[in-house]
Amino acid sequence: MDANATTPLLPDVLASMQPYWIEHFANASSIHQPGQEARRGVDHAREQVAQFLGCRTAEVVFNSGGTEGDNTALRGILCAGDHLITTAIEHSAILTTAAHLEQSGVAVTRVAPLPDGSIDPEAIQAALRPTTRLISVMMANNETGVVQPVEAIGRIAAKAGVPLHLDAVQAAGKVPIRVEEIGCHLLSISAHKMHGPKGVGALFVRRGTQIESLVLGGGHERRRRAGTENVPGIVGFGHAAEIAQKTLADGTMDRLAALRDRLENGLLARIPGCGVNGCGMNGSTAPRVANTANLWFDAVDSEALVIALDLKGLSVSGGSACHSGATEPSHVLLAMGVDKARARASLRFSLLKTATQADVDAVLEIVPTAVERLRALAPALAGVSA
Amino acid sequence: MSTQTTTPAPCATGELIAVAMSGGVDSSTVAAMLREQGAEVIGLTLQLWDQNRLAGKPGVPTRSTGRCCSLDDVYDARRVAESLGIPYYVVNQQERFERDVVRPFVDDYLAGRTPIPCSLCNNHLKFDQLLLTARQIGATKIATGHYARNEFDPARGRWILKRPADLAKDQTWFLFGLTQDQLAHTLFPLGNLTKPEVREIARAGGLALADKPDSQEICFIPGGDYKQFIANYLDEQGERVPDSAGQLVTTSGEALGHHSGIHNFTIGQRKGLGVFAPNPLYVLQIDPASRRVTVGGEPELNRPSLLVNRLNWIGIASLDAPRRAEVRIRHSQQPTPATLEPAGEDRVRVLFDEPQRAVTPGHSAVFYHGDEVLGGGWILPPEASR
Repeated sequence: MDANATTPLLPDVLASMQPYWIEHFANASSIHQPGQEARRGVDHAREQVAQFLGCRTAEVVFNSGGTEGDNTALRGILCAGDHLITTAIEHSAILTTAAHLEQSGVAVTRVAPLPDGSIDPEAIQAALRPTTRLISVMMANNETGVVQPVEAIGRIAAKAGVPLHLDAVQAAGKVPIRVEEIGCHLLSISAHKMHGPKGVGALFVRRGTQIESLVLGGGHERRRRAGTENVPGIVGFGHAAEIAQKTLADGTMDRLAALRDRLENGLLARIPGCGVNGCGMNGSTAPRVANTANLWFDAVDSEALVIALDLKGLSVSGGSACHSGATEPSHVLLAMGVDKARARASLRFSLLKTATQADVDAVLEIVPTAVERLRALAPALAGVSA
Repeated sequence: MSTQTTTPAPCATGELIAVAMSGGVDSSTVAAMLREQGAEVIGLTLQLWDQNRLAGKPGVPTRSTGRCCSLDDVYDARRVAESLGIPYYVVNQQERFERDVVRPFVDDYLAGRTPIPCSLCNNHLKFDQLLLTARQIGATKIATGHYARNEFDPARGRWILKRPADLAKDQTWFLFGLTQDQLAHTLFPLGNLTKPEVREIARAGGLALADKPDSQEICFIPGGDYKQFIANYLDEQGERVPDSAGQLVTTSGEALGHHSGIHNFTIGQRKGLGVFAPNPLYVLQIDPASRRVTVGGEPELNRPSLLVNRLNWIGIASLDAPRRAEVRIRHSQQPTPATLEPAGEDRVRVLFDEPQRAVTPGHSAVFYHGDEVLGGGWILPPEASR
């Protein structure tokens, strides 16, 4: 139940990578035939990823994953004196990079989300300055699953003549991505969130976008990302993208959404003092990806709950992991106006697309018991909210 | 007094034991020993303080390399857990540590007392919060690498705390605050071992850190400069070190000069007084109200008695009449004979057989009967003792 952290390789993806470890091991930049064989694998993967994003092959730059894509988008565009508009609910790959750029003279606006976790396009509009050089927004949030109104934001960016970067790491494979319709100039995705291998991803760079390379060296990836290509990883990524695209069209997401709703409603019915983060008074939520549920449990320390559930064989997440591996309350929930106590009492469940009703029903068995045990042992905490 | 006692059954089958792992040799050996005995074991590390929090402030490197909760220690603990094949988690208790240990530490110094953060940490974090978390996740007991022994005495119906086999490593002075409930749910597997034996067990068990040096300093003040820490911490909190400058006076009231603030002194201190005198002068008393620091010759440091409050009883339920005991007023000292006298609600007067040097408000006085800890309390300033 932690698919937003990472996903397993699909067997087909593993099979597609297999020939590229030993048999077709050559350097894709070599001019000899073994090199050409490796190059063929990379080129095919580039077509698969271009199809997946709805862009040209020349606009796909392979890299090491989402964090590198985010870093490249920000550091490759912004200079001292420039203004960046981003949001308060981004992944740390964006937030940390933005804070770093701030130290060297880039002005940064971090737009706060609405209480339901969505970003109001008007707020992006209002943050525009003459010096705004980049807008960077997460397409789907990793913790709440909320899908942002990226087309509306794209129109605002286009009108202002400012490039838009989307961190689509959590959206990829969960909602269709068509870069032409969104009108973004840059978009980051990562293979391992969509049943591909870890350590590989891609940055979409719209033709004509002026961007500095983050990694300097050889002329790989049309001089936009130096370093010998991770051929098996890229091949696996391409395959995973092709499968993900099919999955988006075959009803899998509807099935997942129904399972997620079963999970949410089941927990809400079985556990008093619990609710869905970002959910309005009338039960409405912003549009979300199909697999993510984020719930709070009053008078529960989510860190202890995560461990208790892990020892019962259930993997969930309770905030962001800090450098040591300890948990910090989610900055996303805090930015949505959730108070610290409730943010500390929140869990994220994220379903693999292979999840079954039996998986969900197991969660509905395990979680209520664990929550009850935690509350029984912490009477002082429980008293506050009872 | 009865000698019919039972040590806590180390590990009944099916019992889950949570080992408090610091990344040091002692707690690592505890985990290895319990595992060897066939217990079901998990490792927990408390993340208490971010060593980089005050980085860049005066006297602190921009990237701190401190010991406590450092990434190196978490790494060491994690590697031990991995080699033992036990689940391992880092638990974030930074807020509680700051509230119950760091802030009181600072406030004690500002009020002219000399605190013992390790005792506060034991009372509030290791044996309170950690035990709670351990029970919440399904453990029945915690085990620590402290050098101490605990057993249940059916005759008294009480859990008792005893000095360890290795008296040079005796940590009972820091543990006098343990409640009956905490003692009943804690294992001290090193209580019957000497430090060299522990290192031998660690080596025999193949623990890579068998020869790691012991930690000595206050864990959140790596360099040991507590004055600088107080200044930096208050600065980070947007506060200033309160002006507590005042006079240095002799016992007869004669002014010798000025001092820069009462938090810069501790009872028995000889260096850094800033006055010249024919014979060495020592700090005898710190009076926060008048900001006076009284100094005098070494013989004047001796005190025949002291008063404690915030009592905790272990070997006895209460003190209803005067009784003989041995008393320790610092970790580095052997217990010394004294008489304990009830002195009103939550107060005990200690009358030493021989006057004791440097009785320090903020420290604890721990009462022993032979090997056993009877209880203890916190030393009050002399004005309250009168």
